[in-house]
Amino acid sequence: MRALSVLSAKGDEFVPPSSVDFVLPPIFENISFITKPILLVIFSALVIGLVFAISARKAAVVPSKMQFAGELVYGFVRKDLGQEIIGHEFKRFMPYLFSLFTFILLNNFFGIIPFIQFPSFSRISFAYVLGVIAFGVFHYVGIRKQGIVKYVKDIMFMPGVPKPVYILLTPIEIATFLVVRPLTLALRLFANMFAGHLLLMIFFLGGEHLLQGAIAMKAVGVFAFGMGIALTFFEFLVQCLQAYIFTLLTALYIAGGLADEH
Amino acid sequence: MTGTLNLVGYGLAAIGPGLAVGMIFAAYINGVARQPEARSVLQPIAFLGFAMAEALALFGLVLAFVL
Repeated sequence: MRALSVLSAKGDEFVPPSSVDFVLPPIFENISFITKPILLVIFSALVIGLVFAISARKAAVVPSKMQFAGELVYGFVRKDLGQEIIGHEFKRFMPYLFSLFTFILLNNFFGIIPFIQFPSFSRISFAYVLGVIAFGVFHYVGIRKQGIVKYVKDIMFMPGVPKPVYILLTPIEIATFLVVRPLTLALRLFANMFAGHLLLMIFFLGGEHLLQGAIAMKAVGVFAFGMGIALTFFEFLVQCLQAYIFTLLTALYIAGGLADEH
Repeated sequence: MTGTLNLVGYGLAAIGPGLAVGMIFAAYINGVARQPEARSVLQPIAFLGFAMAEALALFGLVLAFVL
């Protein structure tokens, strides 16, 4: 939308993209809740389900190409995020961790896949939902493992700390467990996707605008496009990293709940 | 000249996380250079620290837009 309006306003002042550009209009006029991010999230769930169902079908000792690719991703999550972080009880959490990782990864990739180019998690509501789910999971695991009394007691009065320190430590710990952890999980993912998408928009729309200017401005415009392409690769890195970090932190929080002392 | 001071504030606020990210990776590189076999142990820790520090900068960015 904005790209078109910038194109039509030839020679006018450049309007830099802002947070308004993330609010997309509904696809059908009379159904207000079906927007592009919603469709992308549903689409990603279908794609992930389909791809891994196909890759797991007819699993053989000598894997097919699909099976090999599927196992590569699964093996990464299982070994680096499950086994090494959570420890011997990791198998129970693999379905959650694996779907979390692939879901975030694909939704982030939507930010740079041509013609889609909108990371779903640059809308904060999606990120909040994942944060709330993680919140539920790691508290549930901790309470089931240690019992509610011990779990709450360990959070409020961390063992092995001199008594006067509790005045300072207890509020911090309570805030950490109830607010900071889920909120930072969600905000980190959201802010990364938001900032990345904004950055790409600025470079490409700005480059487009500069190309319509005088000859010297055109040269800068070409440079801006080059930067935009370079940043797309950087975004790819960030997107992988964010999926990894989200899953890693969730696994760490779960491991904290499983451990006897945290 | 028009604009918002938020952006200047955000620029200043980003110094801290910027330094932090640099220090985290400096320590990580140091560690791996001294003991290459510790890489697999250090990597999650380094990225965890990186994410924590980077998140501060990004919260600042979000606030610069919201406020």
